[in-house]
Amino acid sequence: MRRGMSIFNVTSLTLGFAFLYLPIVLLVVYSFNDSRLVTVWGGFSTRWYTALLSNQQLLDAAWVTLRVALVTATVATVLGTLAALALTRMGRFRGRTLFAGMVYAPLVMPEVITGLSLLLLFVAIGLERGFWTVTLAHITFTLCFVAVVVQSRLVSFDRSLEEAAMDLGATPLKTFLTVTLPIISPAVAAGFMLAFTLSLDDLVIANFTSGPGATTLPMRIYSQVRLGVTPEINAVCTLFIVAVTALVLAVSLVTKRETLAREAAARAM
Amino acid sequence: MRRLSARANDIGRSRLVVAGPYLWLLLFFLAPFLIVLKISVSHDVIAQPPYAPVLDPSKGWAGMREFVGGLDLQNYAYVFGDAIFHESVLQSLVIAAVSTLIILLIGYPIAYGMARAPRRLRPLLLIAVILPFWTSFLIRVYAWMGILAREGFLNQTLRALGLIDEPLELLSTNTAVYIGIVYSYLPFMVLPLYAVLEKTDESLLEAAADLGAPPWKSFWLVTFPLSLPGIVAGSLLCFIPAVGEFVIPDLLGGSETLMLGKTLWTEFSVNRSWTVSAAVAVLMLIVLVGPILVYQHMQARSFEGGR
Repeated sequence: MRRGMSIFNVTSLTLGFAFLYLPIVLLVVYSFNDSRLVTVWGGFSTRWYTALLSNQQLLDAAWVTLRVALVTATVATVLGTLAALALTRMGRFRGRTLFAGMVYAPLVMPEVITGLSLLLLFVAIGLERGFWTVTLAHITFTLCFVAVVVQSRLVSFDRSLEEAAMDLGATPLKTFLTVTLPIISPAVAAGFMLAFTLSLDDLVIANFTSGPGATTLPMRIYSQVRLGVTPEINAVCTLFIVAVTALVLAVSLVTKRETLAREAAARAM
Repeated sequence: MRRLSARANDIGRSRLVVAGPYLWLLLFFLAPFLIVLKISVSHDVIAQPPYAPVLDPSKGWAGMREFVGGLDLQNYAYVFGDAIFHESVLQSLVIAAVSTLIILLIGYPIAYGMARAPRRLRPLLLIAVILPFWTSFLIRVYAWMGILAREGFLNQTLRALGLIDEPLELLSTNTAVYIGIVYSYLPFMVLPLYAVLEKTDESLLEAAADLGAPPWKSFWLVTFPLSLPGIVAGSLLCFIPAVGEFVIPDLLGGSETLMLGKTLWTEFSVNRSWTVSAAVAVLMLIVLVGPILVYQHMQARSFEGGR
């Protein structure tokens, strides 16, 4: 805008971001509180973090969550990228409307419905609930997020590059691997990250589809949170936030560098 | 010729490309809904699985007839006669609609401020909005438990400022549910709004100014109408999941808070009635099918417009 930023805009941004971040900051601050009473500041301490290391239940849950999220993100990235390719590169195929509907619906579907319906499916086909049922459920809803992220990249890129490669005799597979995939790779990486964090974060769907021996970290946190606010949970949550934030920032830096490099290359051509 | 054969090849490859995700979604997204539908017209029994009738394919036609004859609408009759269910539907819709409106009122100025910020700042602001969205939903709701509690941060601050004498009862009320939903879903509104506002052609605003329109008028006549697609998308992204929200009413709400997601969960895990919770799920879907179809339509169109 010509006049630069108005006072109104600066104020709304400041208040908006304060609202978004203040609760998280308070949670982190109170995780270093020496007092067991979360509301009274008893001095700085890291004892809740040391206590975590001996909480075997929590560590087990964290390990389960990490494995579920890794398998989920890997499979969902492959399936989601294929779904995005089908939606953008295949024109009108039979059953496209149904397919598009199934890809977009889970984005807004209330989690209780997804969770309950998958649980009933697993029971109906006699699949025992545990690690794999949670993972299957997570792949199903996260692949749709991957598809949307990759699709938005696919619609905005220059198809003449693909056509040129094909005209020069590259097979469709080779064209995909050497032209399409490098161009969409930041979006694929972002989709992987999104699937990973959505899986890490999910409570409701896991609550329905998990079984004994596959308690995830959010399920464990939830069962303790219901009993009230404690500094240990603040500490777990802080570690969780730090890990996810670091991951997101790292990926956004990497993809940004790639974008810059690509733009520089495009300009040089 | 090569081009032609490449096209033919393309079609062959395409079938393979779509087969994987298509089959996956048919099996894990569509089929489960049909099962929910079927179980919603079944009966609870103490057995494994805990509902009846179960189709026994080995009995052939007779088994099929027996199966269909065993289905009825008694779960729906029960749910429709249940005051708790009525209240849940009403509260879910009201809480989700009012929250969505509040989110719009808070989110619009934020998105607008971001879109008008200096160009080099915008990516940073965008990451700042996305970051809390990537951080755990559960953790963000939990953070509010500590703030809204009787001896929590908010009451302490208000008391220290001398604004109140007695602590406010906030946690375990519908007010806390509103705060939780507004807070958790805010990025879902800001992101689509920012996307449309950032694309607004500034020459239109300059034209309006040149023709003598005061800023509020050019906002109302130019910017606002152009941002309508973002408003609709953001509102649907907040409203639909909020109707089925479970974590927020469970952790921040009180006994008076009845929302569909929580009712479904209670039927399932406390009352252990899979068939009634399936019926609640079906009814929730019927309530939401309109908004979901609008959302899908917009999502598909936004991609087709981008080609």
